[in-house]
Amino acid sequence: MSSIFVPWTARPSEVLSGFRTKATRWLLGLGAVLMALGVVLFIAFRLYSSEVITDWRVAVAYLGVLGPIATGGAFFLGGLAIIFFRQIVVILQTRWVAFLIFCGAVVGTCLLVWGYSWLSYYMRTAFVKFEGIVPADDIYDTIQSHCPVAFVAYLLWPLQFVVVRDLIAMGGLVGFAATVAAFGIWWERKVAGRIQSRLGPMRVGGWHGWAQSPADGIKLVLKEDFVPAHGDAVLFRLAPYLAFVPTIAAFMALPFAGAAWVFRDLDVALIFILAVLGLDVLGVLCAGLASNNKYSTYGGLREACQMVSYEIPMSMSLLVPIMMAGTLKLSAIADQQGAGFSSWFVFANPCCFIAFFMYYSAALASCKRAPFDLPEAESELVAGFLTEYSGLRWGLFFLGEYAAMFVVSGLAVILFLGGWKSPFPASWAPTGTGFFDHLIRGLFFDGPILFVLKSMFLFYVQLWIRWTLPRVRIDQVLYACVQVLLPTAMVVLLANTFWVLGVQQLQVPWMVSLDTVLHTILVVIGYVFVITIIGIVAYGFVNRTRLVGRLAVKHLPGA
Amino acid sequence: MTETVLESRPDINANLSADAIRQQDMPTEEMLVNMGPQHPATHGVLRIVLRTDGEMVLEAVPHIGYLHRCAEKIGESLAPFQFIPYTDRMDYLAGMNNNLAYALTIEKLTGLEVSKRAQYIRVLFAELNRIASHLVMFGTYGLDMGAFTPFLYAFREREWILDMFESTCGARLTYSYITIGGVTDDLPDGFLDRCAEFCDYFEPKIDEYNDLLSFNHIFVKRTANVGIVSAEDAIRWGLTGPCLRASGVRWDLRKVQPDTSYEEFEFDIPIGEGLKGTVGDSWDRYFVRMQEMKQSVRIIRQAIAKLRDTLGDVLNKKGKLVKLPEDDVYYEIENPRGQLGFYVQGNGSQVPARVKARGPSFCNLSITNHVCRNCLLADIPAIVGSIDVVLGEVDR
Repeated sequence: MSSIFVPWTARPSEVLSGFRTKATRWLLGLGAVLMALGVVLFIAFRLYSSEVITDWRVAVAYLGVLGPIATGGAFFLGGLAIIFFRQIVVILQTRWVAFLIFCGAVVGTCLLVWGYSWLSYYMRTAFVKFEGIVPADDIYDTIQSHCPVAFVAYLLWPLQFVVVRDLIAMGGLVGFAATVAAFGIWWERKVAGRIQSRLGPMRVGGWHGWAQSPADGIKLVLKEDFVPAHGDAVLFRLAPYLAFVPTIAAFMALPFAGAAWVFRDLDVALIFILAVLGLDVLGVLCAGLASNNKYSTYGGLREACQMVSYEIPMSMSLLVPIMMAGTLKLSAIADQQGAGFSSWFVFANPCCFIAFFMYYSAALASCKRAPFDLPEAESELVAGFLTEYSGLRWGLFFLGEYAAMFVVSGLAVILFLGGWKSPFPASWAPTGTGFFDHLIRGLFFDGPILFVLKSMFLFYVQLWIRWTLPRVRIDQVLYACVQVLLPTAMVVLLANTFWVLGVQQLQVPWMVSLDTVLHTILVVIGYVFVITIIGIVAYGFVNRTRLVGRLAVKHLPGA
Repeated sequence: MTETVLESRPDINANLSADAIRQQDMPTEEMLVNMGPQHPATHGVLRIVLRTDGEMVLEAVPHIGYLHRCAEKIGESLAPFQFIPYTDRMDYLAGMNNNLAYALTIEKLTGLEVSKRAQYIRVLFAELNRIASHLVMFGTYGLDMGAFTPFLYAFREREWILDMFESTCGARLTYSYITIGGVTDDLPDGFLDRCAEFCDYFEPKIDEYNDLLSFNHIFVKRTANVGIVSAEDAIRWGLTGPCLRASGVRWDLRKVQPDTSYEEFEFDIPIGEGLKGTVGDSWDRYFVRMQEMKQSVRIIRQAIAKLRDTLGDVLNKKGKLVKLPEDDVYYEIENPRGQLGFYVQGNGSQVPARVKARGPSFCNLSITNHVCRNCLLADIPAIVGSIDVVLGEVDR
């Protein structure tokens, strides 16, 4: 090899295949050796036996058995993947296989998270009676009736520490955020395509281009890493993290299905999320100003005006359901909307109804989504504050943006649309203890699936809006904020104060009856809206060829 | 390209001493921003140098010449029928109209006769190309304003037109179909039925696009009352085409100076009425083009009916070897972008002594600085997009 550095993509293929053979041999060999070592140590120290459970064997269990087996297994599977690469690709590109794998992954993840949260709860309650660090044999004694296998005690031992449980939960949350972002990017491209009478990604991975997001992620990681010559290098490198990390932090306080499904059930969860989302501005400002580029500066300045201004009507309109609920604790707010569709706060009184739409618009502006996407305006500023960013740094900005879209939708869902509560009244929930009762309750009444579905529906609406509406000019954006949204938010807040005072506290008779009448009208509007949407979707689906137009059908690919 | 001297407008800090500048609450400077030749919003390789005070644009000077291909000089060494492909590439979005302009100029110079059928075919294709060109304007203008979807819809409709062009002359963008003496080939079988089908399909789509974009509140706020050009200004600065008509001047060469049988067709001339703002703003320039598409469909329907009845030759064979007399002529027609004119000076041989093209976009673009005073940075794509320049025509 010459001393000139040649990127690996430019090396000749025979060199590469030589690497591949070497890599395969190393991976398979090392993997097998490590796995064998793990098994040998497992047998040598008799970790399968229940008579000799002591604490130091926990270290042996992890360092000597689990570690080598896991790493060795990973290496071995990696080697196998390299050998059978082509066959794997063929399988994945078979028609429904990728989709089934995706569904299986979703179900498996749900089961895992469910199992983990059950386990976490169990660990918290079952070991209350112990003080200090619970030794492994105590763990085994406690669980002996549930699970006779001794090795499980070693697996449960580290879970008694809050730090370990938190790290695993955080890993899950970050994984969820990244998955939502990756899925959101793919879905946005498909939705955009369909709105624009084309198909969106179709090739990568076989079934409707499902692997487009991971493929783009890998491509972004492999791009050249550069910093603008005379820009501020430190701020330039820092900015993506300033934009991405606060959104992940917002996930920490967002409850998915009640007090058991939230990382930290904060009493001031809403304020925490709003505060943390406000830190996003710093990332964008740093990006704009550190790039040594006039376009980026413009983008950063516009961003600063816009995001910060829209925080105010956003927070003010969020105060309206807070007043109705009487608490800032997000898990408790959604619990109050458990009586079905008509108990959702959005229909509770006209102030909440207006507040929902105000919050949604302000949240669109806060997330820099169209029609407020001036900071990323392509037509005017090339790419705004993102002009100089490429590779993973750019990817992190976008991960943060899509995760923020989900957080903002999630907040709207919890505060206005009943959170994880079903539109069906809670009295419809099966009360038995059988497996199917548990399943239906978990899926439709208590579990996080409804929350995720509702949030993704609001996410979907954001996509519709982006691909339909043109962009608003910066002075019109700020006009809309300061001269339209802000006064309306104040008036709505004031009106809601009187409403809550009159109806909930003092129970003035005429106000109570007025409240009932308006509530009924709003619920009827809600039902009409839902039925209209279902009707439009059904009509569009049934008439899909006729609506596109006979001529256009002949020309659209795959139509 | 030499640096254009920016007009002398005093720097905002000109009358202040250095101390005074430092003592301002928030000292600001003017910024020179380059919307460079490569830019997602300039329609082609156009460079606009903006002098801005924050978001407010004080001056916008277009720098052109990035697409200059010496077409006029090449015209001095090619016979007219050989030069037709070069006219295609000037305004590449309206190739048929460019061909028509040059062909008519040569025919005026040499007194060549064109058959009726060829004239009707010319009108049909010129109007189809007008629709195609206005569709591009509609799509890219929406894209400039941030509405991504109309662009795709416009190109979906354009596929129909380009497919019809391809079935007739083999090309989708640079046709060289209308040539000296008529058109190169007759229409293929079934073309008129397909054209009628297209008209029936497309006419309701214009209303759909009006609902989607033209009367969209956000779009109206971005384009109405932006870049207002009064009628006197339009005439003084030499604007032609939809830009002129949007300022309220009822002037269309197809009515004023009809040729190729345009006088036999019934159609209206839409002018700007300030429906959403002031007469002559960007919305008017945009909406005039939408209404022109409707009128073009009307003309196409009449042309189809006439073509079903008229048969005959479509090409005067003398056109290929015509000798140009020692005379000169300047002739203009109505391009989708304005009045496209060709000046041809013959010297007795087959090759002209001088060919000059008057590109409407060149003259329309000249108003940029005048109109972009004291507008916001976000208005620059709105104004330049509504003028609808094609750089091939500006630079030739």
